Amino acid sequence: MQSNTYTKAMNEALDSCLKKDKSVFVIGLGVPDPKGVFGATSGLRKKYGPKRVMDMPVSENALTGVCIGAAINGMRPVLTHQRVDFSLLALDQVINNAAKWYYMFGNQQSVPMVIKLTVGMGWGQGPQHSQNLQTLYAHIPGLKVVAPATPRDAKGLIISAIEDNNPVIFIDHRWLHETFGPVPEDHYKVPIGKANVIKKGSDITIVSTSYMIIETMKALNLLNELGIKPEVVDLRTLKPLDEKTIFNSVKKTGRLLVTDLSHREFGVAAEIISRVSENPKIKLLTSPQRITAPDFPAPSSPALSEHYYPRYTDIALKVVEMLEADKDRLAKLIAKDKESNKIPHDVPDDRFMGPF
Amino acid sequence: MMKKQNLISLYKKLILIRLTEEAIALKYQEREIRCPVHLSIGQEAIAVGVCENLKKDDIVYSTHRCHAHYIAKGGDLNRMMAEIYGKVTGCAKGRGGSMHLVDLEAGFWGATPIVGNSLPVALGVAFANKLKGNKKAVAVFIGDGTAEEGVFHECLNFAVLHKLPILFVCENNLFSVYTHLKERQHTRPIYKIAEAHGMEAYQKDGNDILEVYKISSSIIDHIRKGQGPAFLEFMTYRHREHCGPFYDDQLGYRDQKEVKYWLKKDPVTNFKKYLLDHKVILETEMEKIKKEAMGKITRALDFAKKSKFPKQEKDFRKLIYAK
Ligand SMILES: Cc1ncc(C[n+]2csc(CCOP(=O)(O)OP(=O)(O)O)c2C)c(N)n1
Repeated sequence: MQSNTYTKAMNEALDSCLKKDKSVFVIGLGVPDPKGVFGATSGLRKKYGPKRVMDMPVSENALTGVCIGAAINGMRPVLTHQRVDFSLLALDQVINNAAKWYYMFGNQQSVPMVIKLTVGMGWGQGPQHSQNLQTLYAHIPGLKVVAPATPRDAKGLIISAIEDNNPVIFIDHRWLHETFGPVPEDHYKVPIGKANVIKKGSDITIVSTSYMIIETMKALNLLNELGIKPEVVDLRTLKPLDEKTIFNSVKKTGRLLVTDLSHREFGVAAEIISRVSENPKIKLLTSPQRITAPDFPAPSSPALSEHYYPRYTDIALKVVEMLEADKDRLAKLIAKDKESNKIPHDVPDDRFMGPF
Repeated sequence: MMKKQNLISLYKKLILIRLTEEAIALKYQEREIRCPVHLSIGQEAIAVGVCENLKKDDIVYSTHRCHAHYIAKGGDLNRMMAEIYGKVTGCAKGRGGSMHLVDLEAGFWGATPIVGNSLPVALGVAFANKLKGNKKAVAVFIGDGTAEEGVFHECLNFAVLHKLPILFVCENNLFSVYTHLKERQHTRPIYKIAEAHGMEAYQKDGNDILEVYKISSSIIDHIRKGQGPAFLEFMTYRHREHCGPFYDDQLGYRDQKEVKYWLKKDPVTNFKKYLLDHKVILETEMEKIKKEAMGKITRALDFAKKSKFPKQEKDFRKLIYAK
């Protein structure tokens, strides 16, 4: 199987859907420009022409409505925003129309469209360019929300999202763009609403999504050295939530930790913990915990962002605390790890030069 | 011709902004500035020509491309540089970075990087000024991209409806990131939209600082007299990439003829030439002004680098809620 970056996987998915279905079009700021939405739309204009792969005015709200109208009228639009923050201008159309159309007109017309958003992080993005608003979208009945962590799932979920007959919010993360992994070459779907146990284990269930999977897997390296075997559930889809996979895992491990980058209060992690707590069949050995972004805006200064985002070390510490394992040994492992890993905290990798 | 001392004042600001941003571009490569920067190099004449006509307690709002507006309005250079370096002495305590400059004392009430985002806020400030009956003017800087957002049209309507004391300044640099204006808007000029809403509106050469100064002077006068809002569209061009310190014409998104045309119209070079040709100032005096500016910039960089980084407050509620 070929190995590809997350971005290339998204690009392949769009390419494949444009090829397969004439009703698909891709629209968004910078879609045909030299950077092609971080590479996700690169080359598509040349292949499919300006009528199907297009730029747009800086008019997020109107264009969202336009895509809704086009979707109702037989098209399958994919609308992109380079930051989640920019999509906020279109909340009226998304929440009042896209999410409700099918319901409020008696199930006569549906809105098959995809809104692709990128979460920013690091390099001083600051309060208005790095918000994780998955909770906001996941709160709205009628929307589906997916946030894949791997290139393979990114491709399969874009295809599923485009072929779904409902509005789907597809959320990727700037720090996933250059990550690498196996990606099948064919046109395949990863089902919406299906989580994936990406690591089997017995001591604790860690439920995570999107970029937090990367931090969670890094934490596992440390925890494994302590002999701790967490099970990791990659949600992939936030809404509809795959309770069953979560329940099955927590029934087995008896412990639950949720890691998510949205704010803590009323957030994704809160929802997952509620669902587990509500289930009378699950007996937890220790109180469930969550690791999230704090309840204030993301700061620009690297000195502040360093303490803002939860990292793999926080996850490892929390697990050790929940299992009452050896804290001192973990502290030593973390110190050793930090010694060998000197990449600044505000960039995804050494090559990253900003600016966004 | 304008008075010598006014011309020199324009030049001092113009050169300070140009040199500051060139210094930022250079320093950016040291990777100690760790936030996106949107440089105004090539567009500075607009900031200077407009702000020279504003008083200290008049109020300015801006966008992601805000360094020039901040400096032109008299914002503190040290605190701006510290903000860009993410330091606690920064004008927003390091929380905002380059795209969120603010200096209340200088009447620069803020910049935000969501397109069209600060526009209605500026309008609200003007609205309150009118309700309070003071004579302060508000100027809000926007790019050509803002004219595509719904809020732009809503604001123009409201401004006229309430005859608000506000000046809309649209810096039309023909691009939104890599996308040319003609891919985004019909051929009608942007100022015509404002005109259709019923306000005084003009399109001028934004690279000719004297033209910017002249029209701003008369139009701000009109606003101060309570004759309602006005709109100025200034044609201009950015020299460097949309975001970041480099030139990016190798990407091929801009017509080379267009680039050449605008580089020839560089506001700094042309104003220098004007001042020398008209014997307003000698080359040696010019050098002295440049040196003074360099001194300020060096001190600001020094201040920024030596300043401490902010520490994370434990009780974050203090950070997000006013008492
Ligand atoms: C609502 C929103 N959409 C998209 C963006 C991304 N963006 C940042 S700057 C910019 C260009 C805006 O162009 P213009 O208003 O002409 O200003 P310029 O950058 O040319 O000064 C865009 C699209 C944004 N910041 N906010």
